[in-house]
Amino acid sequence: MPRSSYTTDGPTVPPDLGYGGGDNSGDGPNLPNYRERLRRCRVGLVVGLAPIVMLFVAFTSAYLIRQNTGQWDPHSSAYINDWVPVRLPMLLLGVNTLILLLSSVSMELARRQVMRESLLAPLANIPGIKTDEVTSFPWLSVTAILGIAFLAGQYLAWQALAARGFYLASGPSSQFVYILTGAHAVHLLGGVIALLFALRAAWSHQPIPSRRIAVDISAWYWHFMGVLWVYIFALLYFLK
Amino acid sequence: MGLALLLALLLLAGLSIYFFPAHNWWLPAAASSTAHATDAQFFRSYLIMGVIFVAAQVALGLVAWHFSRRRATPASNSHGHNGLELLWTVLTAVLFLGLQATGHPIWAAERFDLPEGTATDSNHADAIQVEATGVQFAWYFRYPGPGAKFGHTDPKQIDASQGGESALGLDATDPAAKDDVVTGEMYLPVDRDVDLNLRAQDVIHSFFVPNMRFKQDAVPGLRIRARLHPTVIGTYEIACAELCGLGHYKMHAKLHVVSQQEFDQWLAGKEADKQ
Amino acid sequence: MISNPRPDSPTTNAARTSFWRRYVFSTDHKVIGLQYIALALVAVFVGMALSLLMRIHLILPGAILPLFGEIKPEQYLALMTMHGTIMVFFVLTTAPQSGFGNYILPLQIGAPDMAFPRLNMASFWTTFLAFLVLLAAFFVTGGAPGVGWTAYPPLSAIIGAAPGNGLGMDLWIASIALFCAGSLMGAINFITTVLDMRARGMTMMRLPLTVWGWLTTAAIALLAFGVLLAAGILLLFDRRLGTSFFVPGGLVISGEPNPHSGGSPILWQHLFWFFGHPEVYIAILPIMGIASQIISTFSRKPIFGYKAMVSALLAIGFLGFIVWGHHMFMSGMSPYSAFVFSLLTMVIGVPSAIKTFNWIGTMWGGKLRLEPPMLYAIGFVSFFVSGGVTGPILAQPAMDTHLHDTAFVVGHFHIIMGVATVFGMFAALTFWFPKMFGRHMSGSLSRLHFWITFIGAYCIFMPMHWLGMAGEPRRYSQLTELDYLKPLMGIQQFITIAAAVTIAAQFIFLFNLLWSLWRGKKETNPNPWKCTTLEWTTSNPPPHDNFGGIVPVVHHGPYEYSVPGATKDFVMQTEPVTTMPASN
Ligand code: HEA
Ligand code: HEA
Ligand code: CUA
Ligand SMILES: [Cu+2]
Repeated sequence: MPRSSYTTDGPTVPPDLGYGGGDNSGDGPNLPNYRERLRRCRVGLVVGLAPIVMLFVAFTSAYLIRQNTGQWDPHSSAYINDWVPVRLPMLLLGVNTLILLLSSVSMELARRQVMRESLLAPLANIPGIKTDEVTSFPWLSVTAILGIAFLAGQYLAWQALAARGFYLASGPSSQFVYILTGAHAVHLLGGVIALLFALRAAWSHQPIPSRRIAVDISAWYWHFMGVLWVYIFALLYFLK
Repeated sequence: MGLALLLALLLLAGLSIYFFPAHNWWLPAAASSTAHATDAQFFRSYLIMGVIFVAAQVALGLVAWHFSRRRATPASNSHGHNGLELLWTVLTAVLFLGLQATGHPIWAAERFDLPEGTATDSNHADAIQVEATGVQFAWYFRYPGPGAKFGHTDPKQIDASQGGESALGLDATDPAAKDDVVTGEMYLPVDRDVDLNLRAQDVIHSFFVPNMRFKQDAVPGLRIRARLHPTVIGTYEIACAELCGLGHYKMHAKLHVVSQQEFDQWLAGKEADKQ
Repeated sequence: MISNPRPDSPTTNAARTSFWRRYVFSTDHKVIGLQYIALALVAVFVGMALSLLMRIHLILPGAILPLFGEIKPEQYLALMTMHGTIMVFFVLTTAPQSGFGNYILPLQIGAPDMAFPRLNMASFWTTFLAFLVLLAAFFVTGGAPGVGWTAYPPLSAIIGAAPGNGLGMDLWIASIALFCAGSLMGAINFITTVLDMRARGMTMMRLPLTVWGWLTTAAIALLAFGVLLAAGILLLFDRRLGTSFFVPGGLVISGEPNPHSGGSPILWQHLFWFFGHPEVYIAILPIMGIASQIISTFSRKPIFGYKAMVSALLAIGFLGFIVWGHHMFMSGMSPYSAFVFSLLTMVIGVPSAIKTFNWIGTMWGGKLRLEPPMLYAIGFVSFFVSGGVTGPILAQPAMDTHLHDTAFVVGHFHIIMGVATVFGMFAALTFWFPKMFGRHMSGSLSRLHFWITFIGAYCIFMPMHWLGMAGEPRRYSQLTELDYLKPLMGIQQFITIAAAVTIAAQFIFLFNLLWSLWRGKKETNPNPWKCTTLEWTTSNPPPHDNFGGIVPVVHHGPYEYSVPGATKDFVMQTEPVTTMPASN
């Protein structure tokens, strides 16, 4: 019979490794310190990305199933598949991809920048010395603008598709193109809104830490959106 | 309270045991080859799961009763026993997987590797072909006739009001359709393989013959095949077992299992009417 | 996904004295937990009312009911669909996980609140909105959808194909989509909280099994709801925007040729059940945790095989994602894949069996106190076994060929889901009631309610198995059409009477609950059940920051009962090791 856990557990209180199960009390038990909050929000973000992944996994599997299963045709007494590859506006989508990747770069720069600011933070409290964002380059705004540009680009891409006769309801393949790109656009829009929040945090002189967290989280989310888009683009291109 | 629990659980176990052989309500009379195999498997399953069920309930009752009476003796501090864990893990695994194994052949016989069964088809010469089509809220049955080939159907030519062939949209221009027979009641010869083709015209229906222990969804856009083998002459009920809308509850048809020559006469009669 | 990174500090929050801030738009996990439980209570009584109407209609088709009039077949289907949807989503997915989980989990791991309090609040109000949207379906033209809670297309995708298939169905989809969003927010919170906010010394292997249950469930929800959301979106597109994801071509619905082309109805079933099967475990895993906690406590005995219990939970959680096909044996998918799904489904029975054994093993050699929570917990185990053993029968394609979509299935899932899980909720409520409100629920009323519900529920759902054997199909709004069903009417009447009695008995429970809130026996002792976990170290109810500024430090496992040589027959997780004998 195994012996009771408190004897088999070894040291009854493990050393503080800075994760849950260690000592989490930062600045008082209820307002954990900056390090705690950053880690917590990052964990939350990573966890939160899982359902987004599943959403697109579901769309993808639907895409593949639909592409490879036929329907019983009572006339020819056989299974036929009505799949027609979509002719994508490659140039336009290529440009959009470029824009989105650039925006990821500027996002990263913005993140690094805020990181540095948070080092200089103490100076800001000394009267007289004033470190305001205007002097530092507005990477955050650049990212937001690039993001909006990408969305506009996608809108053009949809119009281009329509011009080639691929409408939402015009066929098995085009409906998936719209669903996948549309769902991605919606999530990216969420990213843009997050950026605007981060910007507001910057302008409304919120305490540097919470501002940095806002930027940091939006940044990782933004990078994820970039990766997601590349995946969707690849899927639509290679598995027409 | 403990005693009451024990009694209640004993009662539960007792009643279940009683109803098992009592057969007050039981499977309807078996009328197909798979039905007999299925019932045997039902018996095995009920026996194994029944033993587990009774054992668990009675054990629960006894424990609840016995150990709620001991006031004096302190409880043991046991944290578990790996040997036991292993034992019942293996035990249940063996039981459940064994059950699966014994049941599998029935399924395989009914559904696996069905050759395209046309009466002229050598390796399947004996099978008679029937197509059952589900429509809100009726079943239509089609026999390929002497030509042993189903004619085309065409959604554009469907006219439910006419019933029969036009309800299926049978394409008159197709030579193979000439000798197709469409009926509202299903006739099958006894002791012969049936190559069943299931189709649906609007939504999903499910072809359910309790006496044959047979069920299969009829899905629009698919033609689903299965093998049946009626063994007892008689008339049986075909129900629809997949929610298909308002009339789901009254979507049913009759299945007549008859002798071979009765069947031939019936089919010939239908052919005659058609000409 | 992004939430405000700053958790509310209690100081700012306590300052918010306004009623709205405190009790309505509160970010306190305890208030939110209670809000979820209240929502589940409302939902369950609505659901029960619907079920009673269904039962009456089944034995008296065409009867004129007071203040409801005659129930027509289309209304029966609507009642059935709404009953299933409300019960599965708004009762079973809210109370055990979001309700009790929200209230108890942070307490049990020694955290001041959930990781993202605002996200938590958003999660509840989204769910609440979803509930309103669902109920709205009753009142729009065409009424509530009548396509079953599984909403199989083409039936659910084509406006004209079924009653209530217009706006009502759209509202149903909208409600489910909102519900997915709400549950996802909750899941993110649960996982982050457990991973990141455990008190000092609360290692993973010291978590109470309740926390393991909630954690596993959150993980399942995280992966499952995204897929349901996707399916819902595609269905809505098929209905309103002319796409053909699920609707094949060449359909003729009541004489009308249908414009769609090439979709796959089975695709929906795969997506739905990929969510649907994990969903049923979402319903029961938290209850398994709660049952383990209660059984161990009231047996004054450590849980039997803690590690085995944890592994079983995880195994069920994982396997739950690869067995969905057992709902589709008859769907027309490949019979070969049916074979594989059948095997996997059999395997998932094993961890469930392990848990059952271990519950009984925990009680074995214990010193049982049959207080109401324990009674309900024992009831749960009984129902879990009764509902569980029919699983491996359904899991065999050959058996399922006869049983699929018959009353047998209805019996199976009501006993294991409709009743077992609900008994878990009763147990949880009577168990934590003193902690939540500083009062006890009346023991005698609880016992009365237990006995009527225990016997009543068996009387309702056991006979359904025989109906299924005899071949009574599900979702029949009248059982008068098939000849072979006519002799079974007697059982139908018996079931309906049993249902009426059982449902009436739920008002005893409701009365007990409300009465005890104000008049129940006061309980000032923070640990009335002599339990070992952290929530029992703080006052009833706990202060806003849960531990009044103290940061609990954990020294050993959650179920140290009857430790030889210890002063009491239980050792709190927080008790320093010095009060313990060096070894036993
Ligand atoms: C809480 C919900 C819940 C749970 C836990 C389960 C558990 C299981 N279910 Fe169930 N199921 C549903 C809810 C649930 N189900 C619902 C809602 C439906 C219908 C959906 C619909 O169509 O509307 C359904 C339908 C359903 C089907 C499809 C039926 C059909 O439509 O044709 C199948 C088929 O395989 C199945 C199988 C199983 C199995 C194998 C388990 C296993 O996990 C069971 C494991 C448990 C045991 C095996 C018992 C363990 C105990 C012992 C072994 C005792 C041992 C002790 C001693 C001997 C002392 N279920
Ligand atoms: C949780 C799930 C749940 C619950 C509790 C119930 C409860 C009941 N159900 Fe239901 N039912 C379903 C889930 C549930 N059902 C589902 C999913 C379907 C399928 C729908 C479909 O086919 O699409 C269905 C379908 C269904 C049918 C089949 C319809 C058909 O196929 O034709 C019938 C018929 O009798 C029925 C009857 C009942 C009855 C009489 C009750 C009684 O009400 C039982 C008495 C009630 C209780 C004992 C519960 C009391 C609980 C509390 C008071 C808890 C409160 C505590 C807290 C919140 C802390 N239900
Ligand atoms: Cu056709 Cu139900
Ligand atoms: Cu399942």
